[in-house]
Amino acid sequence: MAAKVDYKVIVGLEIHVHLAAKTKMFCGCELAYGGTPNSRTCPVCIGMPGSLPVMNKHAYECAVLTAMALNCSIARFTKWDRKSYYYPDLPKNYQISQYDLPLSENGFIEIPLEDGSIKRVGIIRAHLEEDAGKNNHELGSFSAIDLNRAGAPLLEIVTAPDMNHPAEVRQMAQELQRIVRYLGVSEGDMQKGHMRFEPNVNLHIYKDGQTYKTPICEIKNLNSFRAIERSVAYEIQRQLEEFLETGKTMQMGNKRTYGWDDVNQMTVLQREKEEAHDYRYFPEPDLVPVEMDDVWFEQIRSRLGELPLQKQKRFVTDYGLSDYDAAVVTGDKATADYFDAVVKAGAEPKRACNLITQIGQKLANQSNTSVDQLDISPQNLAKLAQMADKGLISATAAASIYAKMPGTDTNPEDIAKAENLIQTSDTGAIEALVNEVLAENAEAVQDIITNSKKAQKAQGFLTGQVIKKSKGKANPKVVTELLAKRLSELAPKE
Amino acid sequence: MSNQINRQQVERVAHLSRLDLTDQELDLFSGQLSSIVEYIQKLNELDTKNVEPLAHSLPVHNVFRPDTPRASLPTEQALANAPDRVDDFYKVPQILDDNSGA
Amino acid sequence: MTDHLTVFKLKQDIAAGRVKSRDITQAILDRISRYDSAIGAYLSVFADKALEQAKAVDDKIAAGQPVGPLAGVPIAIKDNLCYTEGLTTCGSKILGNFKPPYNAHVVEKLLAADAVILGKTNLDEFAMGSSTENSGLQKTVNPWDKTRVPGGSSGGSAAAVAAGLCCAALGSDTGGSIRQPASFCGIVGLKPTYGRVSRYGLVAYGSSLDQIGPMTTCVKDAAILLQVLAGHDERDSTSVNTETAAVPDYLNALEQAVTGLKIAYVPQFIEQAEAPVRDAVKAALELYKSLGASLVEVRMPHFDYSIAAYYVIATAEASSNLARFDGCHYGYRSPSARDYVEVYSKSRAEGFGAEVKRRIMLGTFALSSGYYDAYYLKALKVRNLIRKDFTEAFAKADCLMMPVAPSTAFKIGEKTSDPLQMYLADIYTIAVNLAGVPGISIPCGFDSNRLPVGLQIIGPTFSEDKLLRIAAMFESKTDYHLQKPAL
Ligand SMILES: [Mg+2]
Ligand SMILES: [Zn+2]
Repeated sequence: MAAKVDYKVIVGLEIHVHLAAKTKMFCGCELAYGGTPNSRTCPVCIGMPGSLPVMNKHAYECAVLTAMALNCSIARFTKWDRKSYYYPDLPKNYQISQYDLPLSENGFIEIPLEDGSIKRVGIIRAHLEEDAGKNNHELGSFSAIDLNRAGAPLLEIVTAPDMNHPAEVRQMAQELQRIVRYLGVSEGDMQKGHMRFEPNVNLHIYKDGQTYKTPICEIKNLNSFRAIERSVAYEIQRQLEEFLETGKTMQMGNKRTYGWDDVNQMTVLQREKEEAHDYRYFPEPDLVPVEMDDVWFEQIRSRLGELPLQKQKRFVTDYGLSDYDAAVVTGDKATADYFDAVVKAGAEPKRACNLITQIGQKLANQSNTSVDQLDISPQNLAKLAQMADKGLISATAAASIYAKMPGTDTNPEDIAKAENLIQTSDTGAIEALVNEVLAENAEAVQDIITNSKKAQKAQGFLTGQVIKKSKGKANPKVVTELLAKRLSELAPKE
Repeated sequence: MSNQINRQQVERVAHLSRLDLTDQELDLFSGQLSSIVEYIQKLNELDTKNVEPLAHSLPVHNVFRPDTPRASLPTEQALANAPDRVDDFYKVPQILDDNSGA
Repeated sequence: MTDHLTVFKLKQDIAAGRVKSRDITQAILDRISRYDSAIGAYLSVFADKALEQAKAVDDKIAAGQPVGPLAGVPIAIKDNLCYTEGLTTCGSKILGNFKPPYNAHVVEKLLAADAVILGKTNLDEFAMGSSTENSGLQKTVNPWDKTRVPGGSSGGSAAAVAAGLCCAALGSDTGGSIRQPASFCGIVGLKPTYGRVSRYGLVAYGSSLDQIGPMTTCVKDAAILLQVLAGHDERDSTSVNTETAAVPDYLNALEQAVTGLKIAYVPQFIEQAEAPVRDAVKAALELYKSLGASLVEVRMPHFDYSIAAYYVIATAEASSNLARFDGCHYGYRSPSARDYVEVYSKSRAEGFGAEVKRRIMLGTFALSSGYYDAYYLKALKVRNLIRKDFTEAFAKADCLMMPVAPSTAFKIGEKTSDPLQMYLADIYTIAVNLAGVPGISIPCGFDSNRLPVGLQIIGPTFSEDKLLRIAAMFESKTDYHLQKPAL
């Protein structure tokens, strides 16, 4: 193994996000995943002679909205360019893209790190383009082309090389996913290729008072967040070892492409040397420029809403949630908004968060839906939270009441009563039970009185016994208080 | 800039154009393209320092279509012109390198 | 029956039941069988389909149902327009077997107007050429002299109209491809304003220059056809919205009197043409003058640079437009290709002819890294200067008149060995496409070999109605358009 050296990891991302439009970027073919190959194509997306592209307005607006969320400056004038390269999944052998006047530039994304801090990653540019089709190499000694995906609207986002750790790269990807899902501009499903991340990785190695930059490697074929993190971690190790063995450093044109092999958990060299690409960009003559006036700009901006990190921060500052809880409850917009509504209906935030993320989420998963779609009004859930807070019901009872609430407009109190789950705080009744339990468990009482090591455990046991005798209806808080009082009376005076 | 296009440039342009030209064609085109390019140098007689490029003669912008699906071609019609096919795919000789550029 | 066949007269006769479309269609099909083997105007003829369409119109008329503005009129279309009937080849081997699954916008328009589509006409491969000699599939000759070219690239359409092998035809014009063959064949050819007619379904050559237009035996017919073709199409982003540029009533426009007509001209443009052309154009200007027009001498200092700018811009666009012909999804695939890269390079090498290869190479060169600014960008700037020349001329006059071509139809093979010389002959037509303005070519005389000479009238954007009126004014005082070649 290599000797210990100091180095810094440099990672930038090239990202392609499929925009969730109903139709393709330049034709009316439907966008969908899977299905019969070449069943969603037309003369335009097959690139047949004579066909012409026409812009999808919704896709354009989705792109602008995303760029706004990424704090980019939005171009008021953009145009389209053709990028030429020959590949069988690209039927026209040029891609309609944006070259010198992208629709947005110079933004940043803030990503919450696990230690609670916020990392800012620069966005160099985000532009719209059309996706290529798919080459299938697995059918035999030939390649099979499916153009269903060809022409899908794609937002290409290029980040600055601001990430310095594999986990940061993963978190950046996750945060972007959270953002596009909040905005509703993409389903953001990596498995389905809605988001494709290509990290560009290299190292700055400090050795003998000098800095050496290793050749940049681009990693492709990443199908999960885990793969992003692992592939970057693997690539760091590989580059470090390669440098120590060969001393190879970054030079013009020695950018290489690696593919991630998910089975063997390693990167595999795909292309040794970046071919001297000559994309021959020029203005797309079949399309006209886009000019955005203030009215349209504001119209799109009004759809921005509160972004996930803003929400997360607000839940911490205003509601006193922990960073962890706030992150969990803002994982998706619907849950976050539902939570927010429950709190606004009067629930204590921490209680509401626990109910929703622990019990609600489970219920939602069971019925294959989301917490906000369980058909429980925020008011009723807030009532449930309040009942638990007031000690009217136990935590267990709260869970079982929650489970009975979906699909009804029943007041949780009614469920609690019907199910006989209201806790008693009647001190007289509980005191009687306490006395009974104390009488029946002399040994445990003795443990407590003599202050033995077993005292705490014994006290818990006694509490449990009282609650059990009450058939779960005694308020644990009251039981604990009464028990403590009685035990202190029993203890010898000093 | 030289007015002539040399043989090496013609070969490079032929490669970029994906044209598998014969030696004779390369020779012929070297000569012809050279004289055309030489003629085109005529443009340099004009001072265009303060002239905007005109990619389009139309003063049109913001042409959009609504995000409304339209019928696609039936798969059989889409593939009807395919030089070769396998199942519902276009078939090409195996692609071994990944030279995609999206 | 097929003498002096005009769209205007024929549609009236058919609609009134005096003539059956089926009979006239059959008569023209007979002429095609008789004469076209010597002329070579058509790449394909859809006899059965045409007769079926004709019969449908006759039936409608017999049943008293309303019919479209081209009811029963037999029309030919250039073979770079997609039509679900037969093949659309663009005169190229690479599309030798291509059957489009859709119709071009203009084909839909013709069909909706109840026209009869006779067949597809020959052209220079992918419309690249000025003589139709670059067709990869067939030779077309000039009906006035079969040893001469019909002009190009819409040479098949021009020859078909001139020889009475159709009533009218559609062509496309990227650098003169409607006007120049119209001039060589003694017919009327109109290139509309860029954006006036949808390009959807026209196989692109130079996308920012291409425009479809009518080729007819008289100005009135051009007006009737343009009325059918013009208008907005949401499938072509460069098709002008009719709200901002309404389509006028072209036929009605012909009835309006022309008063105070001012004609701009550049003396040396006329002087530098060959003598028969020069004399005919000069005589035409004199005739206009005698009809009350005033002549305004103008300068167009950047006009001379139009060929250089054009052969950069058009070929750059073409190099990209023709990249799709790669043997993967449609069209010709080389049987000798061993891997996918050879599918591209061999299919294209075997499928394209020399002129197309030359232009693809030139355009690729102009866009390639290191040359873009010096060639492509420079050409776009010069294009702007050329457009300014027109704007300034039109500030002083209603239209601009000049020759269509420096000469009358030249001999087959005369210019094929030197592509640059062939390009230079496009001097009068190309600037019009660069500026996006409309231009019309009308017959204005004959040379001593009885070869037609054309007069070009150019107007500001969307002034087709005025151009047609000005053209009709000349036509009404002359009979050049009535003369026919002896087949
Ligand atoms: Mg891209
Ligand atoms: Zn499509």
